This record gives sequence, structure tokens and C-alpha cells, in this order.
Amino acid sequence: MLQFFVSHKREVFTLTMEHLSLVGISMLLAIAIGVPLGILLTWRPRWKTLVLGTNNVVQTIPSLALFGLLLPLPWLGARAGRLAVTALTLYALLPIVRNTYTGIKDVSAPVKEAALGMGLTRQQLLWHVELPLAANVIVAGIRVATAITVGMATIAAAVGAGGLGEFIFRGLAMVDNHVILAGAIPAATMALLADMALGLVQKKLVRTHH
Amino acid sequence: MPESAIEFVHVNYRTADGRTLLSDVNFSVSRGEMLMLLGPSGSGKTTSLKLINLLLTPSEGIVRVDGRPVQDWDVIRLRRHIGYAIQDVGLFPHYTVQQNVALIPKLEKWQPKRTAERVAAVLQMVGLPPTEYSHRYPDQLSGGQRQRVGLARALAADPPILLMDEPFGALDPITRLGLQKEFKQLQQNLDKTVVFVTHDVGEALTLGDRIALMDAGKLCGIFTPHDFLVSEDQFAQPYVNAFQAGLEISRI
Repeated sequence: MLQFFVSHKREVFTLTMEHLSLVGISMLLAIAIGVPLGILLTWRPRWKTLVLGTNNVVQTIPSLALFGLLLPLPWLGARAGRLAVTALTLYALLPIVRNTYTGIKDVSAPVKEAALGMGLTRQQLLWHVELPLAANVIVAGIRVATAITVGMATIAAAVGAGGLGEFIFRGLAMVDNHVILAGAIPAATMALLADMALGLVQKKLVRTHH
Repeated sequence: MPESAIEFVHVNYRTADGRTLLSDVNFSVSRGEMLMLLGPSGSGKTTSLKLINLLLTPSEGIVRVDGRPVQDWDVIRLRRHIGYAIQDVGLFPHYTVQQNVALIPKLEKWQPKRTAERVAAVLQMVGLPPTEYSHRYPDQLSGGQRQRVGLARALAADPPILLMDEPFGALDPITRLGLQKEFKQLQQNLDKTVVFVTHDVGEALTLGDRIALMDAGKLCGIFTPHDFLVSEDQFAQPYVNAFQAGLEISRI
């Protein structure tokens, strides 16, 4: 096994980097869309069923099928990378939107009311009270989303977007466990490291407000 | 400047699902007066308080602050004109004592130096030496100390009006008595107009210039503490009896 990594170190490195950029870009997009969307839902509760419902439906589509479904779309289908990032972002959205929404909703009502009663505007309430107190739950959602995305990104190789899935699909075709593990081990390591890093962020956020 | 700081004129309040929480409430609070809203839970005390700072909007009638109907105020200006203190849950758990008290002055864009001086001054005023308490978080304080911080926060931007919703409700009797005395002193020195919600008749009699007795969404009467004790009023009677029974027990 070790021998395989040594002899293929360039390819392992390249595919790991591809994987990392797929996950990184998708997560940044999912956070950039998901957190504001979650906040929006706390202001417009009527949209909650629609948004969370749609998100849930997306989650039930098998990943391979979603990649396939997005393939014929004009701009997206043109580049495998775009396609993969879009699909991964869609999957990562649900835990982030849901946790942002519940995190903010669960901030104690008397604390919010005291803040409003003192004369905070809605934006100030969000910034000074709701987001800091919900941060722990929001980061927990991002952790879950990251774990899902690292695993899901291996499927992206099926549409030619590269990443560690290349090894896995190749190994499956060759019926060679070493090749499969060459994709699976770095992917698992990546998931663990990302989770640990986010865990540290979460702990830091909790410590600053006990 | 009009005579009364706060005025209720034929105020009704109904919830969205049609329950009447207040019906035809009329009273006014003079500048520098401390009015106690006394009554059992569900009598409409807290609802009345929230109508003053527009956390709720009257269904009918007019609530005036400084002579102007509250709906005509810019809501943020109105609320910063009024200090608001509720039971200890209202402190921000992720902010230190210093940050809790400094928030409104900061949002009002005071100079940092002025804010720092004011925070130190109000903390001193409520009996919390700033050097010792500024950097603590609410969960590192006792119940009584949290109430003091709540009071300091309400006083921070020096609003002329204070709304207090059972601010001492969760305290043991000894701590409570101490805080009541200090608060009365403070209110007289600072000349604040205060509306204070309580269900404790002793507290109402100790603190209040006048006591507004509420029951089932109605205002039953407004009394000075002296009138209250000698009142024949059917709603006041049970409170007077309870108060006197309390005195009897404390004499034994």
C-alpha cells in the first residue's frame, strides 16, 4: 500500500489538490448562500417550508443521479468542475441553512426581547446578539456539511471533475483494493482534519461567550 | 414639556388570536414619579409595560410618551429614550458586564472615553466596583449582581424613563430588600420616571409613589401607598390582608 502511494505520489498529490479545491469552493459557496438564507428564513418564516422542503428534496436525490441531471444544462454541463461544484453546493446547503435558522430561532426569547426593548435595530440584534449566540450551532452545521461534501466529492470523478474519486472508480474497474484505498484514505484523512479544524473554531466561539 | 411622562388613554390590547389582554386602561405617570403596576400574573402588567416601548402596539386607544403618541415616535429613538430592565435572563450571556452596559452608548456613537467613564460610573452607582466586575460574564455573577448589571445597563445612556419588569423577582428576600432600598434612593437622586411591574405587595408599598392595581386586563384603581393600606376596595383588600398577615408573621 505504502509502495503504491510512493510510486504514485504525484498523482495522489494532484488528485488530493483537485479534491480539496472542489470541496473548498463548494463549501465557501454553500456558506455564502446558506447562512444568509438561514437568516432570511428567521425574518420570513413563511418561506421556511418551501426552502427547507426544496433542500430536503435535493438531499434525497442520489448524488450520481444529481450529477447526471445537471449534465444537460447549458452552462453547467459545459465544464465538469462547474457541474460538480454546483451539485456539491446544493448538498451542503441543507445542514447550513437549517442550523443557521434553528440556531437563531433558539436564542432565548427574553434575551432578544430585552435587546429590542433597549432599542437595537433588527440588524444590530442580528449582529450583536443572534449571530454570536447561534455561532456554535451554525458551525456545527458547517461541520456536518463539510463531512458530507468530502465524501460526496469522490462521486464527482464520475462526470470527469477529477478528485480522489478517480482512484476509487479506477480501482473499482480494476478490482484493485490498493487503488481504491489510494482514493479513500486521503479522502477520509481530509474529512477528519477538516472536522478537527472546525471543531477548534467551534470551541473557540463557545469559550469567548462561555 | 407636558406634565405627564407617560399617558394611557382608553387603551385596549388584543392578541392576534383575539384574546383581550387589556381593556380600557387609563392612567398617567408624572415626571419623576415611580408608578407600581401590581397584580397577579395574567392581569396585564407586562402587556402595559410593553405598550410603552412599542414591543406591543395598542389595538385601540393612545399611549403617549412625553405627550406624543408612541406610534409617532421613531421606534428606535423611543426605546433609547426609555431604559428597560427585566428579570436576569435579559443580559447578553456572550458579553462581559462592561460590554453589556456599554452597548447602547456605543450604538449611540458615544466617544469611547465617554462610554468607558459612564460605564464605570453606573456600575459604581449600582454598587458593583468596576475594577472587580467589568470583565466578568453574566454566568460568573450571583442573581443579585446580575440584577444590578441589568439596572446599570438600563441606566447607561441616562434615559429619563425606566421600565422595570419584576427586576428583583428572582431574588431571595434579603438581597431583594437591599436592592429595593438602593433602587428607591437611586431613583430619587436621578429623578427618573419609573414604571415598575411587580406581584409583590410589599415591594409595591416600599417603592411606589403610587400603586396601580390590575386584575384580568383592567385597571382596578390607583392608590398612594397610604390610601392602599386603608382602602376598602374589593381588589385591594386581599393584598392588604396578605401584607398585614406578613407583618404579623414577621412580628412573631
